[in-house]
Amino acid sequence: MTGVNSSRRQRQQHVVTPRIPAVTMAIALVAGVFLLVPFIALLTGITWTELPALLTSQSAVDALWLSLRTATVATLICIVLGVPLALVLARTDFPGRNLTRVIVLVPLVIPPVVAGIALTEAFGRRGLIGEHLSVWGIEIAFSTTAVVLAQTFVALPFMVTTLESHLASAGQHYERIAQSLGASTWRTFSTITLPLLRPGLLSGTVLTFARALGEFGATITFAGSLQGTTRTMPLEIYLARETDPDSAVALSLVLILVAVLVIAVAYFRPSTQRS
Amino acid sequence: MTGTWLVAFALTGCSADGHDPSHASETEPIRVFAAASLQPSFEEIAAEFTAENPHLEVDISAAGSSTLVHNLHAGAPADVLATADEASMQDAHDAELTDPNSHEVFAANTLVGVVPADNPAQVNSLEEATEPGVKLVTCAPQVPCGALSESVAQAAGVALRPVSEEHQVVDVLGKVRTGEADAGLVYATDARLASEEVTVFPITQAEQQRNLYPIARTTDTGHPEEADAFIEFVHSERGQAILASHGFLKP
Repeated sequence: MTGVNSSRRQRQQHVVTPRIPAVTMAIALVAGVFLLVPFIALLTGITWTELPALLTSQSAVDALWLSLRTATVATLICIVLGVPLALVLARTDFPGRNLTRVIVLVPLVIPPVVAGIALTEAFGRRGLIGEHLSVWGIEIAFSTTAVVLAQTFVALPFMVTTLESHLASAGQHYERIAQSLGASTWRTFSTITLPLLRPGLLSGTVLTFARALGEFGATITFAGSLQGTTRTMPLEIYLARETDPDSAVALSLVLILVAVLVIAVAYFRPSTQRS
Repeated sequence: MTGTWLVAFALTGCSADGHDPSHASETEPIRVFAAASLQPSFEEIAAEFTAENPHLEVDISAAGSSTLVHNLHAGAPADVLATADEASMQDAHDAELTDPNSHEVFAANTLVGVVPADNPAQVNSLEEATEPGVKLVTCAPQVPCGALSESVAQAAGVALRPVSEEHQVVDVLGKVRTGEADAGLVYATDARLASEEVTVFPITQAEQQRNLYPIARTTDTGHPEEADAFIEFVHSERGQAILASHGFLKP
């Protein structure tokens, strides 16, 4: 802190750090408060003394366990399907690539109920594919498989778009060098592309899991609602509202806590590792 | 969307003129909160009511009965409430949202069974619908149609084993319509809406377990006379005829 050099450096730093208009900061504050207030309101609406009883009820435990299980399986499927799809979209050139991009984005944009209707038309008992499956005795509707299918359908776009943008910004520099030195495509993929993709994979996984966990419309339309089989947390919360609003609020708290936990684990651990 | 605007309107309205009914202009519509199953018939009733009283517009908002009461609680503005069960209306009375003196039962509904048109599981009675292997879909016991299903099943001495307990009647109907389910239990009025895609089988025990539809004026209505006029019209011969044409029974 002494001497002309350091103070000049400080001033230079000050000059080169771009500043943002004060008004954007004010609006950012409004945006932040807007996102926070509903959660504070929710907390104030909780009857804390009744909370343990509400959260340990059989229907609540069944719903939470089902949600965690199905969302985890759906996320794993999204990783297995999403990584190759993102890679193909980002790194190959084929006719219809833009059309494929649009197809990937559609489940993200349509209302989940529409996704549920479409899934019924495809995998339902009388659906395009379901019709043939039911000949083999495979019936998806009303099963936990249907829940996973619905979650995968609506969450996969999150995985693919996140990965694709990471692949695009990462470039292909290292891959090019590796292959010019004789590395096979599989070796390049597993030792360079995949490790480089890790941050993207992590945020993609978080978004996918969160979307799968929150899935409501496609699930109720395609899978139905039965305790322990298809009634996930969002469905349980919606149904609890009918007769027991206190329980709905308590269950909402659990879902929010799970979401906060997932985000915290994913976004804050790597950053401390990096620094 | 309409709901949001209504709420927004209520909030601004409250802060501007408080409880001053004299501000209500004649062009302001009578806002009717009606149970989802009433929507088609109430829209028809509203149209006829306006035809008879050109200066009175009616605005129907339809949703599940408990949602309507919930919305009223949250301050959504309405002049008339019509629910699909007495329990929801009682909740509204208890919370002093509606005037118990204006309470009248105006229609009844019964539970029927529905199967897909080709009836793949050969279900023709409640007993057959509850046999193992039959994919039966009902409403969840938490919602009025589910509570009714349970008590009807109890009266019939059978146990319901649904593959799904839906949150709304339309979801039950949807599952039967698409052939996902072998059978479903819905209100007679809902079954009519899909008469080309589903076949109805009657449930004898349902005759004694009718679902009653009460209507009442809200306590903070800005125009009670207009609200009463609408309630009276629902009870009139014309109103009852419209309800009957949609499959409702006289209470």
